[in-house]
Amino acid sequence: MSVLRVTRAVYNSIRAHGEETYPNECCGALLGSPLTEGWEVVASVRAGNTRTDSAHNRYNIAPVELVKIERQARGQGLEIAGFYHSHPDHPAQWSATDFAEAHWLGCSYVITSVSKGRAEMTNSFRLAGANEEEKQFEQQTIHVEE
Amino acid sequence: MTILIPTPLRPYAAGRDTVEVNGNTIAEALDALTRTHPELQKHLFTGEGKLRAFVNLYFNDEDVRYLPAKEGTKISATDTLTIIPSIAGGASRS
Repeated sequence: MSVLRVTRAVYNSIRAHGEETYPNECCGALLGSPLTEGWEVVASVRAGNTRTDSAHNRYNIAPVELVKIERQARGQGLEIAGFYHSHPDHPAQWSATDFAEAHWLGCSYVITSVSKGRAEMTNSFRLAGANEEEKQFEQQTIHVEE
Repeated sequence: MTILIPTPLRPYAAGRDTVEVNGNTIAEALDALTRTHPELQKHLFTGEGKLRAFVNLYFNDEDVRYLPAKEGTKISATDTLTIIPSIAGGASRS
């Protein structure tokens, strides 16, 4: 199983983000460096959720914001390692929508369940596969570095 | 022009995060990119040769879809094209 190494500060930040936006979904990007099997994440970037029509159960990051995040990562000598979002009052498991909309092969998709405003489980799934037609989510071990 | 390659496509661009290409238009630049790195073709385009719906192209700071000439837009050596796959999802099933 691949691993997502993440600093305590980043881990706490993405969970707090989910609590702050509850009952709506939060979303953002994870910046870091590749490991042999996974990612070392050292920073997170909060993003706006453009799905104001259904923000409690959908998220979308505006492409122009992604471009800015990509530039920020390059400027810091980092890569976009993946993305995170929350599932308000819903399990921290990827949904059919998450899968259909996932296109960053090799990257991590981190999901935090937020129940009644409190962050509960946080899981990470690597989008594996050689191409869009063969993609699949594989659960990753999250290692929080103190 | 310089084309910025996103994380998931770098394995198909010899590990590079940027690729320099020549051409007169964005379309020609993309052609040059996929000629140099043929494995990128199936990741960027459908079997019919259309740009995949989830692939966003930014010409400098502009979304190519909203440029008057779209992929026919003229380019220069100092321009940048950013390839950025979309990010969306959510708990909803529908």
